[in-house]
Amino acid sequence: MPTKIVVDPVTRIEGHLKIEVEITDGKVTDARAGGTLWRGWEVILQGRDPRDASQIAQRICGVCPIAHSVASSKCLDDAFGVKPPPNGRLIRNLIFGSNFIQSHLLHFFHLAALDYAKGPEVPPFIPRYQAQGHYRLDETTNGEVVRRYLAALKTRNQAHQMLAIFGGHMPHVSGIVAGGATEIPTADKVIQFGWRLQELQQFIDEVYLPSVYLLASAYPDYMRIGVGCKNLLSYGVFDLDEAGERKLFPAGVFTEGNFHSLDTSRISEEVKHSWYRDGTSGLHPSRGITHPDPDKVSAYSWLKAPRYQGKPFEVGPLARAWIANPVLSKHANAFLGVSPERQVRFRDLGEAAFSVWGRHVARAEECAIIARAMGEWLRELRIGERSCVAVKVPSEANGMGITDAPRGALGHWMSLQGGKIARYQAVVPTTWNASPRDDKDVPGPMEQALLGTPVSDPEQPLEVVRVVRSFDPCLACAVHLLDGKGARLVLDS
Amino acid sequence: MQLSRRQFLKLCAGTAVALGASDSLLAQVVLALERATEGNPAVIWIQGSSCTGCSVSLLNALHPDIEKVLLKIISLRFHPTLMAGSGDLAVRAMEETARQGNFYLVVEGSIATHADGLYTVIGERAGKAISMAEWTRELGRRASGVLAFGTCAAYGGIPAATPNPTGAYGVRDFFAREKIKVPVINVPGCPPHPDWMVGTLAHLLLYGRPQLDEEGRPTLFYGRNLHENCPFRGYYEEKRFAKSFGEDGCRYQLGCKGPFSNADCWSRRWNGGVNWCVQNAICLACVEPGFPDAHSPLYVNE
Repeated sequence: MPTKIVVDPVTRIEGHLKIEVEITDGKVTDARAGGTLWRGWEVILQGRDPRDASQIAQRICGVCPIAHSVASSKCLDDAFGVKPPPNGRLIRNLIFGSNFIQSHLLHFFHLAALDYAKGPEVPPFIPRYQAQGHYRLDETTNGEVVRRYLAALKTRNQAHQMLAIFGGHMPHVSGIVAGGATEIPTADKVIQFGWRLQELQQFIDEVYLPSVYLLASAYPDYMRIGVGCKNLLSYGVFDLDEAGERKLFPAGVFTEGNFHSLDTSRISEEVKHSWYRDGTSGLHPSRGITHPDPDKVSAYSWLKAPRYQGKPFEVGPLARAWIANPVLSKHANAFLGVSPERQVRFRDLGEAAFSVWGRHVARAEECAIIARAMGEWLRELRIGERSCVAVKVPSEANGMGITDAPRGALGHWMSLQGGKIARYQAVVPTTWNASPRDDKDVPGPMEQALLGTPVSDPEQPLEVVRVVRSFDPCLACAVHLLDGKGARLVLDS
Repeated sequence: MQLSRRQFLKLCAGTAVALGASDSLLAQVVLALERATEGNPAVIWIQGSSCTGCSVSLLNALHPDIEKVLLKIISLRFHPTLMAGSGDLAVRAMEETARQGNFYLVVEGSIATHADGLYTVIGERAGKAISMAEWTRELGRRASGVLAFGTCAAYGGIPAATPNPTGAYGVRDFFAREKIKVPVINVPGCPPHPDWMVGTLAHLLLYGRPQLDEEGRPTLFYGRNLHENCPFRGYYEEKRFAKSFGEDGCRYQLGCKGPFSNADCWSRRWNGGVNWCVQNAICLACVEPGFPDAHSPLYVNE
């Protein structure tokens, strides 16, 4: 007989997530991930001045607001028919890069690391799951990880300071607008930014990367646990030219062992197992209809199930790294036992890339790559030159803004009527990763990744949350919504 | 060898620079942390219709920094983003703290009331979903005091903006509906400055309840009008208005809501003092009741 267990709330993630698993002979044989918060962001955006969208939309998420700020601003740029000038593109990249670094440091040290190292014996570090064999670090190493946890609190703060130099304040920036960015770069700002960036680079190289490989060495079984669906998708991120054609991490699709170029028209959202009315399934987000139905019996999540060509896709650092296949740091050589002269690329991890550690390694390695690129963008800034172009709000227009966010592919779609927002849709990374089953009852990527996970004590399913946290779920982002009809159908009052 | 609490805190202060080789003290870090929060006031922090931005802003606290807040000032018994435990374990920690009484409740995010609270379910107890509304009601009644951190918890914020699809309320309005009399201090902002959150908490613990304005906010932080104290005020008097971002001049014609906003961003500045919204672009009046509807559209002032 399978044992059924529920983890609700899953803590140390952003937002409200419930995980339900069935365990048979000590392994997960079935899994369901359910988002349990719905706020109706897109209904709230309707009827507003479209320029406000980037301010409202970034407040979908306080961990990665810049992702929404960038996607939303790109969506507005598209609808308004403008392109940011070079300084606008570069400042957006610098603000976004700072957000990536902050988000990744926070995720690894403050959200994930406590699954592998015991925190101090005081709240909020106790109570914790603590069955036999859960924690494998010796006392000295455990203490070192705790010390790095504390040090990373300061370093992530530094990333926010850097971000605010161009962004105004953080979380939630004033500095990214339709048409570009608000700050005109000055020498003092560039220096302030650059100085902090150097310190962050040092921390990433000397603390973050080694910590990931240290924990991976202590828990090598997690190089095989958490495989997932092996379909990967990236929208690409960090524009390297004004047309947005070249990117630091390219867009792409990987499925059944082959690489393809991205075609956003193949995206649809399915709702058989989501708390939305049936009959609205399978639509492209630009035409999406969403009627909330909190009493729907077959449903278990506020997340819809986004699919590409009808299949679930994992998004995020693992997808980006597998598609871009960058050269990794020398820490990776040491971890893999390869001589330091050789170049190791991400795909050299082979099957081990599709695992809990594959995701953590991809995240840490891209953090170093982004920090390096930020140094170049900083040097490209043109002191004293404008960072944005003026915009005019058209009466009728459609816009699309897509980018990868720290957690993966993020798209915003908007249509304007009478100069106001008539429809706004966002399809966000965690909706892809933590999606419920689709219309064909195929589980989402995180649900698939949980299958086969060994659980030593069903009362204390630490192994389950390790897999879940490797995706860095962000539920506030994942449950967004909806179109005009939904607003009229909101239930109960 | 054991560390005294004083020695431990000194050690913590050095962590940012002392990284690298392990030393014999490291094993003691854990032990010292154990003692550091003994006897500190218990805090339960719950998140409703929120984006976690207030928690992330709290992590940006500098004086005292977040490490000191956690280790020296409070005993944080429940916090969805920071706590080690998940699921049952987390719910039990919260219930045990509530049972013992004598705790402060921090609310982040607004409280969704439509559909019996099902739009925001924040945990499960004995197979039954617990909504944010239910937890706010249960914990609110038993708390020594309630801190509404952020504009959503204080006044409803964006989830309560037109058409308020989930029936979202700030804590005071929710308590009024539920006839709960426990005092609430509002610390609004989207997000609130970490100094406002830590400062209000410290005031409460060291000097008692701070003086509040009619919107329930500490006058210490929200007592003065932003526009009246703005460094760009001189431009306003001279009628020199910026027409585009990055241009010198008063930001009013770009949509700046400084005249409607009461907060000390103009002197405190943000993120270690590197910048603030008006210097960078415009104020959105994010600390005010009615944000964002009261002063929409954001980038226009008629």
